[in-house]
Amino acid sequence: MSVVTIERKVLEKNDELASKNRELFQHHGTFVVNIVSSPGSGKTSILERTLEHLKGKLRIAVIEGDVQTDFDAQRVAKFDVPVVQIVTNGGCHLDAKLVQDALGNIALKGIQLLVIENVGNLVCPANYDLGEHSKVVVASTTEGDDKPLKYPAMFRNASVLLVNKIDLLPYVNCNITELKNNALQINPALNVFETSCITKQGIDMWCAWLESQVKNYPLINDYPVPRKIRDSNNKQR
Amino acid sequence: MHELSVAQSIVEIIQQHIPESEWARVAAVRLKIGAVAGVVPESLEFSFQAITAESLLSHARLEIESVPFRIHCNACDVTLENEIGFAVCGTCGSTDTKILSGSELNITEIEITEPEAEML
Repeated sequence: MSVVTIERKVLEKNDELASKNRELFQHHGTFVVNIVSSPGSGKTSILERTLEHLKGKLRIAVIEGDVQTDFDAQRVAKFDVPVVQIVTNGGCHLDAKLVQDALGNIALKGIQLLVIENVGNLVCPANYDLGEHSKVVVASTTEGDDKPLKYPAMFRNASVLLVNKIDLLPYVNCNITELKNNALQINPALNVFETSCITKQGIDMWCAWLESQVKNYPLINDYPVPRKIRDSNNKQR
Repeated sequence: MHELSVAQSIVEIIQQHIPESEWARVAAVRLKIGAVAGVVPESLEFSFQAITAESLLSHARLEIESVPFRIHCNACDVTLENEIGFAVCGTCGSTDTKILSGSELNITEIEITEPEAEML
């Protein structure tokens, strides 16, 4: 009997590809978020409200991940942004390779913000780094207040928690203070925003966070910037 | 469900260390999995058996060592364990803590049986 010592991360191949994706994002000055949640929390609706709110302010591209159909890509395409749909055909999460392949179909040049909407699943996507700068987890009030304790991995790795469907709070069995406390026990550094895609409550705060992060990833100088930003810069001079 | 992709990654790593012609000699693959790594050991064992059933690796078993979730609190200088993965100190409530372990998903060793006389 002999033993071969290995000491390697099982998912190191994914991590290596994720690092390559991250280098590419860094090179283009693109800030990248990976939005995760259980199915039906409102990821796509939040994305729609976000695209609406940031129209003319930021240049945005989207990667949509779904098990089947390109329905979400169709919804996003209405906002006139570059969008690529990844269909996993049964796969329960996106991985760095799928994102790398999708990046072949997006011109990142001049893109300030890339939003990756992961497959609706609070378990599996937690293990797979895609090369994003921040994970954003969405938990909606209709799911109750114990989600962070049941699915801690997702909350531990996230920078932002969006508590969505806040307008439904009076009608559902969810203690919002408890929900936030549970999440902050797992990850005290979480930025928490309460949002509603119907009343648009909190969308401005969330978008302000995105804009503040984008500033940390300046585009390379010779890239053209959106006209509105250029114009407002000129006015300031 | 992603245990299937994790099992696939394990096979790929075995492939890089042991030539496929010698896979029948692989007795065990040792792993360290953190308590909050999000991987269910039973499910991973099942997935590994399922994808290796038709291969020379079908006799290989997974030996999984569980690593507890552990934090160190800088405020009261204690090291604590908990199953859920609370990063807040359970003793003093401080958020000035450091996560020490619990997210591991590592392959550590492959155990190989010596070739038997008839195999030579």
